[in-house]
Amino acid sequence: MAKITFDGVEVEVPDGTTILNAARQIGGSIVPPAMCYYTPLKGSGGKCRACLVRVAAGSAKDPRPMPKLVASCVTPVQDGMVVENTTSEQVLNVRKGIVEMLLINHPLDCPVCDQAGECDLQNFAFEHGVSTTRYQEERRTFEKIDIGPLIQLHMTRCILCYRCVYTADQIAKGDRVHGVLGRGDAAEIGTYIENIIDNDFSGNVIDVCPVGALTDKTFRFKQRVWFTKPMNAHRDCPKCAGNVVLWYKGKDVLRTTARKDQYGEVKEWICNECRFEKKETSDWVIEGPAHIDRSSVISANHYELPVLNQSVVADLPESTVRDLQQNPPLKLGS
Amino acid sequence: MGRKLLTEHINVEGIDTFEVYRKHGGYRSVEKAIKTMTPDEVVEEVKKSGLRGRGGAGFPTGMKWSFLAKPEGVPRYLVCNADESEPGTFKDRQLMSKLPHLLIEGMITSSYALGANTSYIYIRGELLYVLRILEKAIAEAYANGFLGKNILGSGYDLDLHVHPGGGAYICGEETALLESLEGKRGNPRNKPPFPAVQGLYARPTVVNNVESIAAVVPIINEGGDEYAKIGVGRSTGTKLISACGHLNKPGIYEIELGVPVEEFIYSDEYCGGIWKGRQLKAVVAGGSSVPILPTELILKTAAGENRLMTYESLSDGGFVTGTMLGSGGFIAMDETTCIVRNTWNFSRFYHHESCGQCSPCREGTGWLEKVLHRLEHGHGHMEDIDLLVSVAKQIEGNTICPLGEAAAWPVAAAVRHFRHEFEWHVTHAKEAAQPGAVYRPSAVLA
Repeated sequence: MAKITFDGVEVEVPDGTTILNAARQIGGSIVPPAMCYYTPLKGSGGKCRACLVRVAAGSAKDPRPMPKLVASCVTPVQDGMVVENTTSEQVLNVRKGIVEMLLINHPLDCPVCDQAGECDLQNFAFEHGVSTTRYQEERRTFEKIDIGPLIQLHMTRCILCYRCVYTADQIAKGDRVHGVLGRGDAAEIGTYIENIIDNDFSGNVIDVCPVGALTDKTFRFKQRVWFTKPMNAHRDCPKCAGNVVLWYKGKDVLRTTARKDQYGEVKEWICNECRFEKKETSDWVIEGPAHIDRSSVISANHYELPVLNQSVVADLPESTVRDLQQNPPLKLGS
Repeated sequence: MGRKLLTEHINVEGIDTFEVYRKHGGYRSVEKAIKTMTPDEVVEEVKKSGLRGRGGAGFPTGMKWSFLAKPEGVPRYLVCNADESEPGTFKDRQLMSKLPHLLIEGMITSSYALGANTSYIYIRGELLYVLRILEKAIAEAYANGFLGKNILGSGYDLDLHVHPGGGAYICGEETALLESLEGKRGNPRNKPPFPAVQGLYARPTVVNNVESIAAVVPIINEGGDEYAKIGVGRSTGTKLISACGHLNKPGIYEIELGVPVEEFIYSDEYCGGIWKGRQLKAVVAGGSSVPILPTELILKTAAGENRLMTYESLSDGGFVTGTMLGSGGFIAMDETTCIVRNTWNFSRFYHHESCGQCSPCREGTGWLEKVLHRLEHGHGHMEDIDLLVSVAKQIEGNTICPLGEAAAWPVAAAVRHFRHEFEWHVTHAKEAAQPGAVYRPSAVLA
């Protein structure tokens, strides 16, 4: 077991745990954002640099600070480590820079994007970004590509988190057709010449995508997500566990997704039959409304306050300080 | 003229064949190491020599070797990084094509020291002719019993393979190199775990530059203490410098570390001064990724001392007034060089070579290039200059591998030392956009 101090909170975790997962044990608003790390996918993480934190003391044995900021999602904890996230102004500034970098080639077409409302990049930019851009050049654009009849890839929106690549490799195991072509800012996700990922679990790449780059063709442009109501449901599926969320508009099931935890990670992978074909209420046993995080726009516009730690950010408006005091950010399990 | 430890026989006819190389004292270090020394003694000797990695970072090689994890029953690997692709650096290519046996001899001695039974030379894909030279030399070494099973009757086995890369700059980064060697896409890995613990095929691995491995040969032949006598302070031994740019005698020079920069540029023994009688304007001292320095700062440190060709002296003053020895790619620029255009050219390279894995580098290198392109072609604004510094700062230190820094440093340094040229490109946009236009102090006065 290793004991670490994260933003002043002590937590004890098993050896080998990453800093990010240790922070998630504490929970609440001090958890670093993660755009590419995905717990169920081996090898993911370290790419988006959104979760960079400052290690003020490496370990009890060697209490020197680490020279650079480290990616908390891939750096294992050491006993006696002291980590600063929201308490470090450097970290918050770097994170602003990361948002800017992720957005310079992003089309910002949220008004027509199906992911809007449940988009990790949108949340990340809202919480950490600035409202103006310094980028004047042309953004990179791509043609939309169909990966089979059910999934559409719109590379223009992609932030190259590689989650779908790991999903295609580890979950939808088939021929290795889904990967990254090209390099640098010309890198693109794709299946080699519009191949289909021929696997019953290929639809999961839609769920893991943090932005609207991979979308469900049975749901595209049907409805804004905040106008739909999520219901937990299950069915007896021979291929997968069959535990899903049905997204209703009135009496119609508009789409089916896997159940996700509070960090947007899929709990159980679902098969393509459950996802794309079973769109009738009679196919399912309804369990009840799905929990939606208070911070989500799907939950009636209750944005959680974006300011993470008021002691760090000077000159907060008085109303924000009051709101923070009356309405502290939620803790895990509360 | 200083001593030449690596390139003494480089011009001997037929030195690339086993017989001639052996006649000139080749493979003595292998005999000495395998017959009279234990592996630990070899490592100790390299530690004593104070040899520092010649690939750019300057990390002590002996120390790196002693970090290698040695669990029982698990193979270890030595990988030679011959993916030399830094603009301005071309020393390893010459060393390998002229003296292939020197590298092989170094590989055998080093592998013996590390207890590796399989070693790899990862060579840049474009150097196909060097690959053929190396393969021929390796075949000769096998035929003469210096490679293969039971080398020199000692019971030590070693197989040596040459593996060509696809010609990507990023595969010179050690973990990307290992990924590529494993047959995957050459993306750098997250560290930790470091290669010394989990490297090639998740086994303990040491990755060393060609010149570092070649330097092991004279260290074993002459002894680490003897080697450490050459040089100044913690910069010991000799170093290959590939000098290029506006010099009278560009080329590859083996220098004893500690030669003054001024002597290196102007003495007839080395580069012989700036061509066509022109003035020196700036120097990039260690390959395109290290900060550029103007004449007054490359010849003398900020404190007014003579700048020497050593790791310490060149980095004196940090990045404010100093630079790095890097990989020894010495680029001299005369007064007709446009610094903005040059910086744009460097940026274009890093933009093209970024692997695209982590966001600051993928997006930032392209952004830098576009802004510099705009400035160079007369569409820049004054704010763009500060924007460059700010973007460089957002990349630096926040990426998986050092390519981010390599892309950010030259831009930041160019703005730091040549801000007036960037400003001239904004104020005299039309003039600056002409082909071959260069800022001259007199032009502003007139």
